[in-house]
Amino acid sequence: MTNTINEVEDAKAIFVIGSNTTENHPVIGYRIKRAVKKGAKLIVADPRRIELCNYADTFLQLKPGTNIALLNAMAHVIIKEGLADEKFIQERTENFAALKATVEKYTPEYAEKITGVPAEKIIRAARIYAKAETASILYTMGVTQHTSGTDNVLAIANLAMLTGNIGKPSSGVNPLRGQNNVQGACDMGALPNVFTGYQPVTDEKARTKFAQAWGVELSAKPGLTVTEMFSAAENKNIRAMYIMGENPYLSDPDSSHVRHCMEQLEFLVVQDLFLTETAKYADVVLPAVSWAEKEGTFVNTERRVQKVNQALTPRGKAKADWQIIAEIGKRLGFDWNYQCAEDIFKEIAALTPSYAGITYERLGVTGINWPCPSEDHPGTPILHVGKFSRGLGRFSAVEHQGPAEEPDEEYPFLLTTGRVLYHYHTGTMTRRSKGLKKVLNEELMEINPDDAKALNLQDADLVKVASRRGEVKSKIRITDRVPKGIVFMTFHFKETAANLLTSSRSCPTAKIPELKVTAVRIEKAN
Amino acid sequence: MERRRILLCAGTGCISSGSLGVKEALLKELEKRGIADQYEVVTSGCHGFCEQGPIVIVHPEDIFYCRVQAEDVPELVEEYLLNNRVVERLLYKDPVSGEHIKNHLEIGFYAKQLRRVLRNCGVIDPENINEYLARGGYEGLKNALQLSQLEVIEEVKKSGLRGRGGAGFPTGLKWEFTYKAQGDKKYVVCNADEGDPGAFMDRSVLEGDPHAVIEGMLIAAYAVGADEGYVYVRAEYPLAVKRLRLAIEAANRHGFLGKNILGTDFSFQLKIKEGAGAFVCGEETALLASIEGERGMPRPRPPFPANAGLWGKPTCLNNVETFANIPLIFRLGAEEYAKVGTERSKGTKIFALTGKINNTGLAEVPMGITMREIIFDIGGGIKGGKKFKAVQIGGPSGGCLPEEKLDLPVDYDSLTAAGAMMGSGGLVVMDEETCMVDLARFFLTFTQKESCGKCTPCREGTKRMLEILERITQGNGEDGDLEMLEDLAVTIKDTALCGLGQTAPNPVLSTLRYFRDEYEEHIYEKKCRAGVCTNLVSYYIVPEKCVGCTLCARNCPVNAISGERKSPHEIDPSVCIKCGVCYEKCKFNAIILK
Amino acid sequence: MSKVKITINGMPLEVDASMTILEAAESAGIEIPTFCHDPELTRAGACRICVVEVAGARNLPAACTTPVSEGMVIETESERVIKARRVNLQLIWANHPQDCLTCEKTGSCKLQDYSYRYNVTGSPYKGETKVHELDDTNPFFFRDLNKCIYCGKCVRKCYEVNGAGAVEFMYRGFNTKVTTAFDVPLEESSCVMCGMCVDVCPVGALTPKQGLHNNRPWEVKKVLTTCPYCGCGCTYYLHVRNDKIVGITPNFKGPMKGHMCVKGRFGWDFVDSPDRLKTPLIKKNGEFVEATWEEALDLVAAKFKEVRAQYGADAIAGLSSARATNEENYLFQKLLRSLGTNNVDHCARL
Repeated sequence: MTNTINEVEDAKAIFVIGSNTTENHPVIGYRIKRAVKKGAKLIVADPRRIELCNYADTFLQLKPGTNIALLNAMAHVIIKEGLADEKFIQERTENFAALKATVEKYTPEYAEKITGVPAEKIIRAARIYAKAETASILYTMGVTQHTSGTDNVLAIANLAMLTGNIGKPSSGVNPLRGQNNVQGACDMGALPNVFTGYQPVTDEKARTKFAQAWGVELSAKPGLTVTEMFSAAENKNIRAMYIMGENPYLSDPDSSHVRHCMEQLEFLVVQDLFLTETAKYADVVLPAVSWAEKEGTFVNTERRVQKVNQALTPRGKAKADWQIIAEIGKRLGFDWNYQCAEDIFKEIAALTPSYAGITYERLGVTGINWPCPSEDHPGTPILHVGKFSRGLGRFSAVEHQGPAEEPDEEYPFLLTTGRVLYHYHTGTMTRRSKGLKKVLNEELMEINPDDAKALNLQDADLVKVASRRGEVKSKIRITDRVPKGIVFMTFHFKETAANLLTSSRSCPTAKIPELKVTAVRIEKAN
Repeated sequence: MERRRILLCAGTGCISSGSLGVKEALLKELEKRGIADQYEVVTSGCHGFCEQGPIVIVHPEDIFYCRVQAEDVPELVEEYLLNNRVVERLLYKDPVSGEHIKNHLEIGFYAKQLRRVLRNCGVIDPENINEYLARGGYEGLKNALQLSQLEVIEEVKKSGLRGRGGAGFPTGLKWEFTYKAQGDKKYVVCNADEGDPGAFMDRSVLEGDPHAVIEGMLIAAYAVGADEGYVYVRAEYPLAVKRLRLAIEAANRHGFLGKNILGTDFSFQLKIKEGAGAFVCGEETALLASIEGERGMPRPRPPFPANAGLWGKPTCLNNVETFANIPLIFRLGAEEYAKVGTERSKGTKIFALTGKINNTGLAEVPMGITMREIIFDIGGGIKGGKKFKAVQIGGPSGGCLPEEKLDLPVDYDSLTAAGAMMGSGGLVVMDEETCMVDLARFFLTFTQKESCGKCTPCREGTKRMLEILERITQGNGEDGDLEMLEDLAVTIKDTALCGLGQTAPNPVLSTLRYFRDEYEEHIYEKKCRAGVCTNLVSYYIVPEKCVGCTLCARNCPVNAISGERKSPHEIDPSVCIKCGVCYEKCKFNAIILK
Repeated sequence: MSKVKITINGMPLEVDASMTILEAAESAGIEIPTFCHDPELTRAGACRICVVEVAGARNLPAACTTPVSEGMVIETESERVIKARRVNLQLIWANHPQDCLTCEKTGSCKLQDYSYRYNVTGSPYKGETKVHELDDTNPFFFRDLNKCIYCGKCVRKCYEVNGAGAVEFMYRGFNTKVTTAFDVPLEESSCVMCGMCVDVCPVGALTPKQGLHNNRPWEVKKVLTTCPYCGCGCTYYLHVRNDKIVGITPNFKGPMKGHMCVKGRFGWDFVDSPDRLKTPLIKKNGEFVEATWEEALDLVAAKFKEVRAQYGADAIAGLSSARATNEENYLFQKLLRSLGTNNVDHCARL
């Protein structure tokens, strides 16, 4: 997030796109609803009639995979109606001409044909967003999990820059991170192309710094992303894998393919709390501890570094992940000697400019938002104030491109996936919570009443859902939350693993798979 | 040809006693006799003398016929309209002198009244804006629009008008606060959630002269800078709602409501919000919450509605009677208006007279009149020649005043000093057969039931006070109960959130102040002198008076009475359930209460 | 910000003109009791326990809703104030179960605290008491309306913070109760079970089922930590007793202001799931066999060395975790990179 969570509450306009915030980020959802009660205008763009639609001034019910057409059309209206922030564009950005030329053809009427959103609603949304004193965009995987994911994000950034809604309170471009420490994992360089703080592995200076600090030689070649790793395993280019605290068998697209790839590995180590579906394919399983049994830090979606403190002793012989990694490191001959998590954090701060000023002691009960370059720096709640980190903000001319897979005669429905309030990710934790299990313990695929009628289905009927890659059986819930032709499933339930159906085709830049669009066939099961 | 005008009261009271049937019969009769074109039959609002309804007045002679039924119509037409012979039996009969009175101003009930706010009620057809206009309607608004906003407020201040809803806050000051409050939007709200048991002056004004209220709200809106308003009216007043709706439509058509009123920059739109019958919604902050769609519960003040009212915007909130006074001020001028009343209470006040009194109904009187005049002159004294005991004034939040306070001038400050309050103007008269403890219990039952439940002292405290009163009236009162009542009353007054809670103990405190001996009799002597508290009375047959007619024994539902025919009967107190049937049935006054 | 001069309990103070009496008193370290006050919610002024004496005022205004004004002279513990508080406490007592010995809330109950403070040992008011059935339909907390003191914080929290608006006051007078639309059990209402109502209930009307009979405040250790679920990063205190989590108190002073959702508030019991892996496992002949750490770690290190020697470092890949800490992610990528490969990623994309 360029801004903080609490600022959402004071925004005058909020544009939520591809985020079912009240279920996936409930605490941020509360703030959106509060903002509306205080008078903010809410725009919701989503294929499903999610809860936030009840609070929305304008609901843009777009077809999955058509974000760019919608966003470009909004930009078109803003430019055409003279609602753009000329001064901001002049002083803070570049490449505006290219954007203007590209969005020229995205008239609201043109976008209506692609997105299915009535032109007047697009105009209304554009006006609300552009005219508000402060406007904040919130988005999540509904934007990124597309083959056009990166372009989607760029189109969002265009809107913010076009209206000067960046670098000031209660505005900004705000991706909501889905997992407790996904921000931290990225910050820490658990990515194939960067060290901590996004220092590229291809940058010699950075590489030298780390090589010196770590006392090892470092590769300059960017590594493989998750989906690439599995394909590489299939081709025997990857022989051994170390999986810590992840369950790709359920979370990654095209599960049967993932499983097939894992089976090709010579050696697989899985480190987790539970014997997950992935761990079953491991050669060695290492028992790790939960967050309550260890010390460390998490970074939330607003870049706030916060403390995790040990409350319990480790269960059984389980150990903290850092202890296990450290033990392996020692056995591999590295000169590692960490006594506690704080020792590691100090090393991070020393090597990462944006963390340089953070210490455990300073985190207290509120934490600190990075960048925090020095110990007397208060942290940075709002990014890009006065100047973008790259200097000038660059407009990107991006074009609509359809999803990789669209419904056809054989697979007439469009499946989109996500989460529900009561469960989390692949359910390894929530499905072991008695109360949450009691509330919901099975998939209820959402299907529109018209579709259900056509297929002669009743509520809670069992259906067979099949894609080009696999099939699952799931119960259904008939609801007009989903429009005709679209069905919705979660990936929480191993019994009805939705990712057996999804495709691993991904965005060429960010390598994020298109989990939001899968063509499927549905029939009543016995 | 000038047509004669026949006014038929179509207030809620007269309608329920059959005035619409009378109208139908009259129209039919006139038609039948071929004289329909000589008469203008007009339905009016309330005359205030509902007890005598249906009321029919024939103009221009102003003959006041009362309790007219449909079957009386042929006679009325034949005798009076055609042959000019007054139908005496349909005239009002003075309860004291027994005389028949022809003209309504000669009736005691009206003689001491000063009908200024009610001047159109019972006189014009409230569904016809032209009749209102013909009597100077909207002249006040025209005059006000000639003035600046501050001049309008100054005029209201000069008139000395105080809120007629209860507390008597100076109206001009309230308007000034709303005028001065910062806000991009302001509202004017009329409180027509008349909830005091027995009070119906606001209903009568809305039914009989709805434009007066609209005109008052318009002047307020202009003064404070509001462009939108609500009338919050009880859904139990369907006729008032209907006439108000018609009046708003007519005012819109005539350009008194809407955009650029009378060609000025001033615009105002008015909406009706129907309340669902919660007494507490008469409290201004609860009323605003209810308009907003929230549960009707009071909110803390400050902030006062003048600063943060409806949807947080500055809001000028007055009740029906207050708004109905406004056109008068701007038609007569503040100085002329203020000639009526006392030093600190100006103008008139409408009271709803009920209880053990001969003439019940609505009476508008000048401030400063004595309670005695209201009860004995206008009200015609106590029913059945019984002795006056007390008058409860100000509704469930008010207090009871005894005989010795009857010569008190009726104004805001004297009443408050005496432990009662003006309130909305409910006036219940009690005679010697009323038990003051039971009366306090009655009012507490009402306030406890209607407590919104939000604050501790009102929700829990009134419940415990009620339980103590119930205990006392059931003969289970104990030493210390009165002190406990007083303790609770003080804490509730001191700490309750809203006016309803803070005044809820008033009926108890005022009866304790003036009738403490009755409480003590209940507790220590287990005696109810009024014979109301059944556990504390026993019925007894005086052998000397009993003729042995057996009527009592035959009517006793529990066979507690025995005795031979033509010889004195006896009541078995162990069986008697004190229902009082024997007492009512006995024709020889042989049964007494002990 | 303009300032006003006031006097509280004889102490002259200069405070912000926008403050309430309660805030002014708090700023001077004077504690005024409250049931219904919550700084982030609409001021209700409902419980009336915070009433104070203000010179010149007719009645006792509520400290939580009354703004200070120039020259105000306030007494927070005068005889009249204490008497009023005692009567109101006794009124609450008269309609409240007297089961403090076994009540879940004992030790953190405001009614208990204030009764102790003002020496209220019972109630002189004998009469009807409310009788409600215990609502235990939802899996996370009990709703015992017999203990409700009508402060309305649950109502406001649910509506103003969560937005669910699952509960509201219903009925009037003595029959008033806080309940769901149409008085259905909570589970059938619009409640999303975030538990924020439980966290603000000043008495034992809303109590969590987790840690039942095992969560006395003086017996638990409270450890501040950060929620392991979504990216909001709510922080809270884990209640620990005998090395088990028995409950949670949100971090009201944290950036998320103590707001929570159902997963974070109640979904922590997986920690002691019987499914937890307790020891390293090594697969032998297709079956997992328990192993010591030495065996397992030696095997992992040996295999990594072997693969690197045979196929090069890029034949090794690691998936780090968005669930693990910064320190662990850091060390994980350091491990892979030290081995000579940049093949490290995690599920940020999923």
